[in-house]
Amino acid sequence: MLAEALALSGVLFVIGVIGVLTRRNAIIVFMSVELMLNAVNLSFVAFSKLYGATGQVFVIFVMTVAAAEAAVGLAIIISIFRHQETVNLKDINLLRG
Amino acid sequence: MGNEFLPLLYSFHFYLFGLISIAAAIAFVTRKSPVAAAMWLVVTMFALAALYVMMDAQFIGVMQVLVYAGAIMVVFLFVVMLLNLGHPSELSDIRGKWGRIIAGFLGLALLAEIMTLTRSPLELKLVVPAIAVSVNSTGGIIGGVAGPLFREYLLAFELTSILLLVAIAGAVVLGRKRSAN
Repeated sequence: MLAEALALSGVLFVIGVIGVLTRRNAIIVFMSVELMLNAVNLSFVAFSKLYGATGQVFVIFVMTVAAAEAAVGLAIIISIFRHQETVNLKDINLLRG
Repeated sequence: MGNEFLPLLYSFHFYLFGLISIAAAIAFVTRKSPVAAAMWLVVTMFALAALYVMMDAQFIGVMQVLVYAGAIMVVFLFVVMLLNLGHPSELSDIRGKWGRIIAGFLGLALLAEIMTLTRSPLELKLVVPAIAVSVNSTGGIIGGVAGPLFREYLLAFELTSILLLVAIAGAVVLGRKRSAN
């Protein structure tokens, strides 16, 4: 099942990349990043079936980092929304020269 | 590889949950409404949790449901509703006839399988994951993960708590409303 799991992981990661590159809603871009993290977790678990439980330990670390990233990122989005009244990435161009 | 008991059933479910996760992920990136997208992402995470359980990572599967689908996605949905981005007219995109038929058929099939397996005269052995046996014969499923987590990776585990503390402080500071000055 290792090859299938890795293929599924790659497909999910690519879908996440497509979401990041094509969507304009900042919240959906964040959710696509979560999908990419999930794809990486899947390959960690698939390898842990062969090489021992260390992969599952790394999955726990990835989940923790994902939770922290979601909290901080959503706080940033809320802060941007207060200033600009939008979460559309096309309209957030304050640093454009 | 795969399970030594009922290998055909094992691979069938592996492909079933894999297809569900891919389909839900594609639906997730194509939905307009953020609420519908979040719901499809929850479906993906549940399918991935099922795959984790099938790949002998039961504890990770439970954590996937509790932390990802339960906590992180709730935070996302909370922000979507706080910013008033989910428009009610766009929420009704899965109410179609085919969506209901497929969802009902899939749910009934999985339920029927559970009922059949629990009532079957076959002797079902409790399959202990190889990881749990190799690392810690007494700790069981969680012991297999907790052993390396609290021995080799103890420093990283403690640093994780600092990361969470910083994230909490940062989220509070960033999300605080500016005082009138």
